[in-house]
Amino acid sequence: MKKELVEKIKNDPNYIELVAKRTAFSIKLTIAILVVYFAFILTIAFDPTLLGTPMSSDSVTTIGIPIGMAVIVFAFILTGIYTKRANTEFDDLSNKIKNSVKDM
Amino acid sequence: MQRVLTFLILSALTLFASDAITGEVQKQGLNMSAIVMFFIFVGATLGITYWAAKRTKSAKDFYTAGGGITGFQNGMAIAGDYMSAASFLGISGLVYAKGYDGLIYSIGFLVGWPIILFMIAEPLRNLGKYTFADVASYRLRQGPIRTLAAFGSITTVILYLIAQIVGSGKLIQLLFGLQYEVAVILVGVLMVLYVTFGGMLATTWVQIVKAFLLLAGATFMAIAVMAHYDFSFGKLFATATELKDISIMSPGKLVSDPISAISLAVALMFGTAGLPHILMRFFTVSDAKEARKSVFYATGFIGYFYILTFIIGFGAIVMVFKNPQYLDMAKQAIDGGSPILGGNDMAAIHLAHAVGGDFFLGFISAVAFATILAVVSGLTLAGASAISHDLYASVWKKGQVDGLKEMQVSKIATVGLGIVAIIMGIAFEKQNIAFVVGLAFAIAASANFPILFLSMYWRKLTTRGAVIGGAIGLATAVILVILGPTVWVDLLKNAAPIFPYKYPALFSVIAAFVGIYIFSVTDNSESAKVEREAFEAQFIRSQTGIGAEGASEH
Repeated sequence: MKKELVEKIKNDPNYIELVAKRTAFSIKLTIAILVVYFAFILTIAFDPTLLGTPMSSDSVTTIGIPIGMAVIVFAFILTGIYTKRANTEFDDLSNKIKNSVKDM
Repeated sequence: MQRVLTFLILSALTLFASDAITGEVQKQGLNMSAIVMFFIFVGATLGITYWAAKRTKSAKDFYTAGGGITGFQNGMAIAGDYMSAASFLGISGLVYAKGYDGLIYSIGFLVGWPIILFMIAEPLRNLGKYTFADVASYRLRQGPIRTLAAFGSITTVILYLIAQIVGSGKLIQLLFGLQYEVAVILVGVLMVLYVTFGGMLATTWVQIVKAFLLLAGATFMAIAVMAHYDFSFGKLFATATELKDISIMSPGKLVSDPISAISLAVALMFGTAGLPHILMRFFTVSDAKEARKSVFYATGFIGYFYILTFIIGFGAIVMVFKNPQYLDMAKQAIDGGSPILGGNDMAAIHLAHAVGGDFFLGFISAVAFATILAVVSGLTLAGASAISHDLYASVWKKGQVDGLKEMQVSKIATVGLGIVAIIMGIAFEKQNIAFVVGLAFAIAASANFPILFLSMYWRKLTTRGAVIGGAIGLATAVILVILGPTVWVDLLKNAAPIFPYKYPALFSVIAAFVGIYIFSVTDNSESAKVEREAFEAQFIRSQTGIGAEGASEH
């Protein structure tokens, strides 16, 4: 990449906006999945019986089952949220940047 | 030389002899429907390979299927790489044996995917061409970085290959009544055929077909199980706990202490993001948009698959456990209890028979075999690319080589890896290889991932830091696995492990990051300055895709 091109893009408000928004969004979502997963795994490590609590007094199903399933679904939903925003908002911004430097 | 040969022949004979003793218990009669379906599958995949071979003309076609795979297709292929026979049979077997622990384990394998999407997928696609070393060495010195990355890739690939191929030999022996050595050679030869002739295009489509068949088969099994219990989880669990005991509904011994829990989590999360055959798939799509769609679909398929394996494991408890048809009488006579034929990993296979008879057993057996073939092909291609693209073309020839020659070297490397896989597969037949996949993940997490991640995001990274830190991560991972319970105690038969934890990733990943940090920030050389200055341009390309590799025209 040429030096002028780097300088131009670096100061492009669209680029600054893209990097700021995407970085913040990625970090937020990463923290979300890490918090959920580590809460799950550390609950098991520190208090193995907690997730073994039955859903109700006459049921053998423990609260761990829906919670575990929910972690799987949560991971999938997060990827959906990211993909949706990136495919629209972030791609619009990068297309604007690309168009502005098309002739360079 | 002659002495070596004599030794090899003698050890081969010993292997055959020992097989004769234990083989009878293991092997089953020929399963006709399995064999017919297996031949249909092999025929179809060879057809795919033939079709792909005609379209594989350039190195780009060979390594990345021309970059023309869609996000949906790639998501399916990535999920296919992840849904190996080990995870299908292993996780459903773990649920069958331990219940809830199987779910904990599978969740660990899944949570790496969102992180790959948020952090790795797009920059990887925007910066790379054929291998993840392209990205790691983007602004660093090609020679040392690619050598280390190739070493990390090849080690990961070979360890993973050993695990897959040994498992496959045993599985095929059990399912098709074939001899172990024959099964291993068959797998080795087929995978070399797919990769050398069809390249990434064949490898991807074989993976997609298999992923579809596996998901369809597993869905059928889960529905058949649930139908028996009026689609009520409550009834299924109630019957399962009556047959086994209530402990299968709660966390068991898989996660024993917080350090092990975190360390396993680190290995699975960062290990996934450092597996070369997975990373390579991101270069098969046209742009960053398709790359992120790939992860979205892959996460969906994998998550769905793990929910199915959980149901299948419980299905096996209610329909296979204590069912005299699947009981291993010989083993029961010695050990007592209710062991099933072929061990816990066969739970899903027996369940297939229980819900769908011989025909469906044949289908699932053929799919399990297909799974092995598809996964080892992807692994082999990733290993061969590290040899041809990183070591041969970039390090040795310094990039001064044409694509066709590079592709030729890649094909030779594929044949070489095939031979290594067959030899290792036969040599490791009777070994306890439980540590192998753990070691592969530990190396991927501690050597491949830190270099890749920091090269994308950390301006101050230098060649010196990456090489020394990466080597520290690699060495720490290997040493701690050797000194840990799986090798030091289980394999080498020592009384107590020197390093107490089964999963070293927490320590080796930290060692790698600290090593890279220290040796980068203290690097005041001229070249380090240039490398830091080059970060801006690299970061712009990684964020916007300007200058990224596109799809080829045809």
